[in-house]
Amino acid sequence: MGGKGKYDTLFVYGVLYLIFIYTPVLLIVLFSFNNGLYVAFPLKELTTKWYEEMVANPGLTKALGVSLRIGAFVSVVSTILGVLAAKAVTRYYLPGRAAITFTIMLPLVIPTIVFAIGLLIILAKFLGLQPSTWSIVAGHVLLCVPFSMAVLISRLQGFDKNLEEASLDLGENAWQTFWRVTFPLAMPGIVASFLLCFTTSFDEYLMAAFLSGNDTTLPVYIYSQLRFPQKLPGTLALGSCILVVSFAIVTFAEWMRRRGVNPDQGLGI
Amino acid sequence: MKPDDAGCRVMVSVTEGARAPATPGGLWTAFKTALHRYESIRGYLLLSPTLLVMLGLMIIPLLGLVVLSFCTQVYFSIDYTPTLKNYLAIFDLANNPIYLVLLFRSIVMSLTTTFFVVITAYPMAYFLAFRVGRGKLVWLILITVPFWTSYLLRVFAWKIILGYQGVINSGLINLGLIKEPLEFLLYNPTAVVITLTHAWAAFAILPIYVSLEKIDKSLLEAATDLGDTPRERFWRVTFPLSLPGLIAATLLVFIPTVGDYVTPSLVGGTSGIMIGNLIQSLFGKANNAPLGAAVSIVMMLAITLIVCVFLGAIGRRRWKHS
Repeated sequence: MGGKGKYDTLFVYGVLYLIFIYTPVLLIVLFSFNNGLYVAFPLKELTTKWYEEMVANPGLTKALGVSLRIGAFVSVVSTILGVLAAKAVTRYYLPGRAAITFTIMLPLVIPTIVFAIGLLIILAKFLGLQPSTWSIVAGHVLLCVPFSMAVLISRLQGFDKNLEEASLDLGENAWQTFWRVTFPLAMPGIVASFLLCFTTSFDEYLMAAFLSGNDTTLPVYIYSQLRFPQKLPGTLALGSCILVVSFAIVTFAEWMRRRGVNPDQGLGI
Repeated sequence: MKPDDAGCRVMVSVTEGARAPATPGGLWTAFKTALHRYESIRGYLLLSPTLLVMLGLMIIPLLGLVVLSFCTQVYFSIDYTPTLKNYLAIFDLANNPIYLVLLFRSIVMSLTTTFFVVITAYPMAYFLAFRVGRGKLVWLILITVPFWTSYLLRVFAWKIILGYQGVINSGLINLGLIKEPLEFLLYNPTAVVITLTHAWAAFAILPIYVSLEKIDKSLLEAATDLGDTPRERFWRVTFPLSLPGLIAATLLVFIPTVGDYVTPSLVGGTSGIMIGNLIQSLFGKANNAPLGAAVSIVMMLAITLIVCVFLGAIGRRRWKHS
């Protein structure tokens, strides 16, 4: 596979791959500053008017509020559930551990649309309820717990189990040991899980589209705007803001959880 | 838990057997003793909230889906008399082949996507595992960050790139390479495959990377010492050992993309729609939720079948080799 030098074919491939991954996203940001209705070359002069238009839009502010509330709630619930499951799976002798982990991870693989319509059926057809923010929360928790659990498992596997045993031997009970040893050591993982679940929920479209009632989330709002060509630049501006904030949050979360963990083990997702 | 609770007594006597004290007052203590003695009980107790929530959110909707698929939509209400009508309608190839045709097309498009994702991800994972030294953390973060950020926006980006008046067309016209915009870029299956390949890249890189990273470096040295050329060493040692990651990557990309809905509806046009669009319209405009439920169940069964055949084929090959 290529030569041995530092900048060989493989390195060039890696760089090209990163360009392939990032170019589409960067184009959204580039054209959000373009003074023109169409996303087309040549670029016209720079403008921030789409951003000003965006800030003045009341529908958007409302959707943003809904998304922030759902995201905050989902990330707290998913991270708590993730901590419990990760601790149980990594620290206790559990017969059937692989099967349990597999089951909890299933939403990662099964097409989201299946769960979205399943939840919708239960809610609307069998319980006769109207979709609300709570149904979106339920859908997002389903999607976020597997991520949270994976992140926390790799974090808990990343530090020495003996530290907890030492604390127990030195006379602390399980509760004290959790708060004084496990929790501080797992903290980077917990913060990362919280942030990653937040972004996942904040950016999720499909569940929210099926399960939202009167309150739409931001991605559902964006999707509804895509139909109107004259609103495209405003959507680009909004998209850029979301992308920049998500990138910042996720980069921090990834750095937080991977730092100090032996990269050879337990990277998981 | 109340100490005189009959259910508690049964539970304790099951877990504790003959050791459980018979006095009601000692039951709480007996439960605590069992908890103390059996690590697995503590483990399950800790796990139970998560497991219950997840099972509840997965199994109840799936059951609802199954039940509804045997019902009939009558205008705005649902007739709950069990019937196979929806399934018969799906498999009625002579009169209405749309369901199976769309399912087949979705599977072909997903397989194509999976092929391109895995083929392009492998060298990248190899690069990360064997070539990147100190900057590994940075590279890993660069690869994973887009994967966590808005799927909708990443797909939308391709719409503006491939569009009739989009980035590629206007760029090429601007450079004088073409006179008229190319019409074949957007709204077809190829656009869907390109977009999906981009959107699911990280899903494939990470599992392959992890399996390559785990390979014992002394095996590679041994192969070289025993006279393998780098190419032989790759195909005889590295590649076979990375197969678990490759298989995981294949499944992680193939299964969810079959049911994707966002990508085909944004960049697929009429020729690029997939089974997910059909399910969505049956729950929306077409107002036939029972049929939609049946279609999604057939989709899942088809996916399961393909995955089983795939894993079975791999299992048989491995068995032959050993």
